[in-house]
Amino acid sequence: MKIHKYDTVIVGAGGAGMRAAIESTKRSRTAVLTKLYPTRSHTGAAQGGMAAALANVEEDNWEWHTFDTVKGGDYLVDQDAAEILAKEAIDSVLDLEKMGLPFNRTPNGTIDQRRFGGHSRNHGEAPVRRSCYAADRTGHMILQTLYQNCVKEGVEFFNEFYVLDQLITEVDGVKKSAGVVAYELATGEIHVFQAKSVIYASGGTGKFFKVTSNAHTLTGDGQAAVYRRGLPLEDMEFFQFHPTGIWRMGILLTEGARGEGGILRNKDGERFMEKYAPVMKDLASRDVVSRSIYTEIREGRGCGPEGDHVYLDLTHLPPEQLDAKLPDITEFARTYLGIEPYTDPIPIQPTAHYAMGGIPTNVEGEVLADNTTVVPGLYAAGEVACVSVHGANRLGTNSLLDINVFGKRAGIAAAEYAQTADFVELPENPESLVVEQIERLRSSTGSERVSEIRRELQETMDANVMVFRTEQTIKTAVEKIAELRGRYKNVAIQDKGKRFNTDLLEAVELGNLLDLAEVMAVSALARKESRGGHYREDYPNRDDVNFMRHTMAYREVGADGTETVRLDYKPVVQTRYQPMERKY
Amino acid sequence: MATPVLDKADAAGSPEPGAADSPYITVTFRIRRFNPEVSAEATWEDFQLEIDPKERVLDGLHKIKWDLDGTLTFRRSCAHGICGSDAMRINGKNRLACKTLIKDINPEKPITIEAIKGLTVLKDLVVDMEPFFQAYRDVMPFLITKDTNEPTRERLQSAEDRERFDDTTKCILCAACTSSCPVFWNDGQYFGPAAIVNAHRFIFDSRDEAGEQRLEILNDKDGVWRCRTTFNCTDACPRGIEVTKAIAEVKRALITRRY
Ligand SMILES: Cc1cc2nc3c(=O)[nH]c(=O)nc-3n(C[C@H](O)[C@H](O)[C@H](O)COP(=O)(O)OP(=O)(O)OC[C@H]3O[C@@H](n4cnc5c(N)ncnc54)[C@H](O)[C@@H]3O)c2cc1C
Ligand code: SF4
Ligand code: FES
Repeated sequence: MKIHKYDTVIVGAGGAGMRAAIESTKRSRTAVLTKLYPTRSHTGAAQGGMAAALANVEEDNWEWHTFDTVKGGDYLVDQDAAEILAKEAIDSVLDLEKMGLPFNRTPNGTIDQRRFGGHSRNHGEAPVRRSCYAADRTGHMILQTLYQNCVKEGVEFFNEFYVLDQLITEVDGVKKSAGVVAYELATGEIHVFQAKSVIYASGGTGKFFKVTSNAHTLTGDGQAAVYRRGLPLEDMEFFQFHPTGIWRMGILLTEGARGEGGILRNKDGERFMEKYAPVMKDLASRDVVSRSIYTEIREGRGCGPEGDHVYLDLTHLPPEQLDAKLPDITEFARTYLGIEPYTDPIPIQPTAHYAMGGIPTNVEGEVLADNTTVVPGLYAAGEVACVSVHGANRLGTNSLLDINVFGKRAGIAAAEYAQTADFVELPENPESLVVEQIERLRSSTGSERVSEIRRELQETMDANVMVFRTEQTIKTAVEKIAELRGRYKNVAIQDKGKRFNTDLLEAVELGNLLDLAEVMAVSALARKESRGGHYREDYPNRDDVNFMRHTMAYREVGADGTETVRLDYKPVVQTRYQPMERKY
Repeated sequence: MATPVLDKADAAGSPEPGAADSPYITVTFRIRRFNPEVSAEATWEDFQLEIDPKERVLDGLHKIKWDLDGTLTFRRSCAHGICGSDAMRINGKNRLACKTLIKDINPEKPITIEAIKGLTVLKDLVVDMEPFFQAYRDVMPFLITKDTNEPTRERLQSAEDRERFDDTTKCILCAACTSSCPVFWNDGQYFGPAAIVNAHRFIFDSRDEAGEQRLEILNDKDGVWRCRTTFNCTDACPRGIEVTKAIAEVKRALITRRY
């Protein structure tokens, strides 16, 4: 075991982690621990753009952006946070441009902007061009630009280090962050990082679904690490299903495709979104479009022999426009489907895409231990966190924005805290939980296989807690997850070695997915209403009287060692917008 | 509008093996295995698997790892060609496993899969990427400007100036190009094509003011002049970057100092 001491430790080197690192490295001795090489992070997969009311191409302002964010999130958004997001959007785009990001340009040389779902002029009058973009590679450019600037600032990375545990020490009755425990992939060695500040920026958890736009590595490690240490997770029932994933594969085809004029059609060639969202049509918010697609499929208007998908039609757009604005996604269709988007429509279906919930934080990125108390020295930003700026449903282009705005804020806050705080003493045998977990997996002779349990988990999640949910389906999922958690105790791996043991780490990651799947399902069962990404067929309406509140899920361990999820609730911060019915 | 009949779209489908008109075929993956914890020697190992030929080589590797041999080790993340994790030598050519479909590489014969060349193999298909990233860092891959007071708004750039370096912004640092280059195989000191591509991305960016410095770095004995224009890199690049052309443009800029 090795012990390291840093002022600030950042877990994750995607957009949020690197944006934080650029700030904290200037102010404190910082280490970035990341299970992937920074440029492999899934921020690089983001395509469509990053929202900011620059008003470069038409009238726009941050107040309209705030309203759209609140409405898009079905009023579960904390409005003070949404206002910060929309206001600081402008500088965060300009920051990236100054760091070198090659945005697409307008004829007069300013940053170009395009339409995106749910972003509107003057509180819903018509779509507005608010998304700043670089072709359909915006996330790639953000990730590369931030990495380039980390190289410039001399940020210290520990690549292929998996953080598996959060260390917490109680000082005078206050739970404080003491550091993290990490596993080094190359050697199998355990490292303890003592740090004054820790920032989680470890991304999403989409891999508990089968059809997903998320990378294999998005397994919610950060959420699981803090949850296991008794800290809450907020709004985990809210997961976004993006309307346009490649049929059965889940690879994303950006909403920018519809922003450029692409149209969704059913098997009769009908532009069905006109029925469901007369004003915004194909650019209504994502939860609305995903439900509309499944309604078409259920009512027998789906395409293909099994009627299980619809089409994204780009054939009416000039090939030059597709080449210039959507080069990557048109290539995905060619590579993975053998389809030429110039002439043929692309089969799509909703794909599990984004975790609105996560580790609760305030607007400085400080992690909450309950509804109000912060955990000194602990921060979170990006998809792992829940500020909450996305509420029940995130608007497209608001996450690349979130990682930049709140990554920067968390980086500054954590480093400033580290400048004045003292190190918190490490708990005794800080590495013990991780060592135990790894030894158990390595020496297990059980009969269960990681791949089989994961497959069954993904199947039950897709079948029961996706776009449509009912009491019955969620209960089925809860029971299945409990069964799988039982069987997981009996899981064995084949690779017993120390070097690059990805077999072992896949088993660890599966444990995280199982914990988080349980939290999601239990939270969803209790929310007897429909709001944003959480749609209950048995409770099809939003219920502001009983459920205008955030879910806070805690892990409880009984005297006999049984684990359960305990739910509590937190009020939503409302400032200027009163809840209204959501129409697009 | 007529509803197109989509037999092509079956591509993504994966019915159960053995089902009526099952698309599944049997293929052999012949993989170069190496694990110094077990043996100092690398060996070839054959795996037979049932797979839909429209699936990716990465799907085949997962089938092996998940159902046959959990010790098989490779890097991967995004599974659709944007993270750069899984460059490997497939039938003797550098490719991304997640962007290569089985049907496109003649599944009748055993498919050989080995680690990319020129970087130290650490285990199976995993190589030491550090020298690769070091060469990248050496070319100062970040925007450098001299303006003392930054503009409040964005710097302006015409669409044409933006287009000038578009191709080289697409790089995902997968190392397929560098590890296909015979000069790099023979001399690991050579910067390699990927580093030059990333230098190009800044040299030809109208906003950047350190082109001269970067050109000096690339003028070094281990710099661009080592390139022998074999085009292996361009063939290997999964992002379709015209790597050889980018290198030629850097050479020309060095001669004329115009960029
Ligand atoms: C296909 C796709 C397209 C998208 N398009 C858009 C878009 O156009 N606009 C938009 O606003 N949003 C978009 N999103 C959403 C957005 O891209 C993501 O939410 C955002 O990039 C997440 O960034 P992050 O920094 O939080 O996490 P990531 O970029 O996922 O980074 C996570 C980091 O954490 C590290 N990590 C994870 N676990 C551990 C561990 N245990 N130990 C150490 N390190 C760990 C990883 O190595 C990685 O570096 C898209 C998402 C997807 C999947
Ligand atoms: S230039 Fe192409 S092959 Fe080379 S590292 Fe970049 S993406 Fe990979
Ligand atoms: S797994 Fe990301 S490029 Fe292949």
